[in-house]
Amino acid sequence: MLAGFGMMTESIYKSGSNLEKLLAAGQFVVTAELGPPKSADLEMIKTKSGYLRGQVDAVNITDNQTAIVRVSSLAAARLALEQGVEPVMQMTCRDRNRLAMQADILGAYLLGIRNLVCLSGDHQCFGNHPTARHVYDLDSIQLIQMVRDMRDRKIFACGEEIKNSAKAEAKEPRMFIGAAANPFADPFEFRVIRLEKKIAAGADFIQTQCIYDMDRFKRWMDMVRARGLHQRCKILAGLTPIKTAGMARYMRDKVAGISLPQALIDRIEQSKEPKTEGIRICVEQIQELRNMEGVAGIHLMAIEWEHKVGEIIGLAGLLPRPTPPE
Amino acid sequence: MIVAEQKQIDEIKGYLAGHRRVLVLGCGTCVTVCLAGGEREVATLASVLRLGGGLACVPAPGVRDSGEGKLETLENTIERQCDAEFFDPIRRQAESCDAILSLACGVGVQLAARLFPNKPVYPALNTKFMGTNEAGGKWQENCLACGDCKLGVFGGVCPVTRCSKSLSNGPCGGSEEGMCEVDPERIECGWQLIYDRLKALGKLETLLAAAPPRDWSKTHSGGPRRLSREDVVQG
Repeated sequence: MLAGFGMMTESIYKSGSNLEKLLAAGQFVVTAELGPPKSADLEMIKTKSGYLRGQVDAVNITDNQTAIVRVSSLAAARLALEQGVEPVMQMTCRDRNRLAMQADILGAYLLGIRNLVCLSGDHQCFGNHPTARHVYDLDSIQLIQMVRDMRDRKIFACGEEIKNSAKAEAKEPRMFIGAAANPFADPFEFRVIRLEKKIAAGADFIQTQCIYDMDRFKRWMDMVRARGLHQRCKILAGLTPIKTAGMARYMRDKVAGISLPQALIDRIEQSKEPKTEGIRICVEQIQELRNMEGVAGIHLMAIEWEHKVGEIIGLAGLLPRPTPPE
Repeated sequence: MIVAEQKQIDEIKGYLAGHRRVLVLGCGTCVTVCLAGGEREVATLASVLRLGGGLACVPAPGVRDSGEGKLETLENTIERQCDAEFFDPIRRQAESCDAILSLACGVGVQLAARLFPNKPVYPALNTKFMGTNEAGGKWQENCLACGDCKLGVFGGVCPVTRCSKSLSNGPCGGSEEGMCEVDPERIECGWQLIYDRLKALGKLETLLAAAPPRDWSKTHSGGPRRLSREDVVQG
């Protein structure tokens, strides 16, 4: 540490979040997802937080996912934090322009939020306000760059310094920056290039779209490693446990950018206990991903199944979760 | 060209309720080409209005219905409704009517309204977009007039118009087999088109650098956009 800075100590971390510290320490991390309620329902946030507390290292708080209005990710992230869960706040480009984004990032930081995932956002046509006007002032890559510039260059998107007056000290929001990657969308050969653009823009970690087609994911990881991208950012492999064969077919047929092999659907269909089989498949996937070079952790998106996350992580041998270093 | 389509007849009839003598005014440029507001459409719409089941002839309050409920329509089509000079020959005709039904795009309707300050001017069309004719009866948008054209960077395919999210650094995760998740049957992924085009041109490296945030003030920033060119300003 440099002398002459008084009590100030320069942290080796960008944000100091638990997620960042664990990844820096080389731990195989586990993140989960908490979808905020569709009403002013505090209890639901508390209940879901309770399922996830201590079972995972951090929890993504989704931002009007599938373009359906919910409690804001900012508020829900703070409430989750109060419940003892480290939040990863998601922010989409669909609903906010660059002014609102930066204001929310400043506010989120003051509320103790240290992880931010930057997303394009689902198109409004999928949600409950299909006649809304979307924003897309920025796209996800430009958002990543903006959050990085706020943290590392202490400037707003307009180039002004983040300070109250010319003589004031800059007080910048320091976020650990996440981004998404979808190895299953097209054009396949461009997906890794787009990942690289996100990393160059400032993504510290990546959470992928949920993986069912392990062969295609392996091919994507081959391309990731060939470019050395796993050394420039931490890659968390996305997983969503399947509850029923119907859900599997829906995801295969209706959700763009998801590749779901028939063999998996057959396993669920032929099982007498499809939910148990879905969890078994998920645990097998975790084991396979743990042994894959360049995969730094998993992102478990158990949609409306938060209470099963602890069981899955436990079966995968990933409990107890490690304590982050100081 | 500007592509437009005719409004539902009931909406048009609603506007004309109470009027007795209406100038049905076509435009000879874009909307003629896209078969929405040219001479032919003027004739068709005028006859529908005259004959069409006792429509717009509700007498205005306090006016005695002496015309047996008939709407009188005058028809005309000028070369361009976005240019004031073309209105000169129809000025007298317009003044003789108590309303104008314009089959121009929104630009023409607004200019007509400005030129005839005491005359109600109604739109007969919905102005859709600037685009191309793709096949018989099919048109597609190609330009949003964003005011800051980057087609030179994106291989001649506009991400603002063609991408459902107007992403500058696409494609997002909703691109599958060349189609956009917003409507996989009908909407091509604009970013797949950009990718394919730049690949064919051997210029994929263009996409390696992130495109910076757009300057949307060139698109919409309060008040109508204006253009003033010193080189053509007439003393």
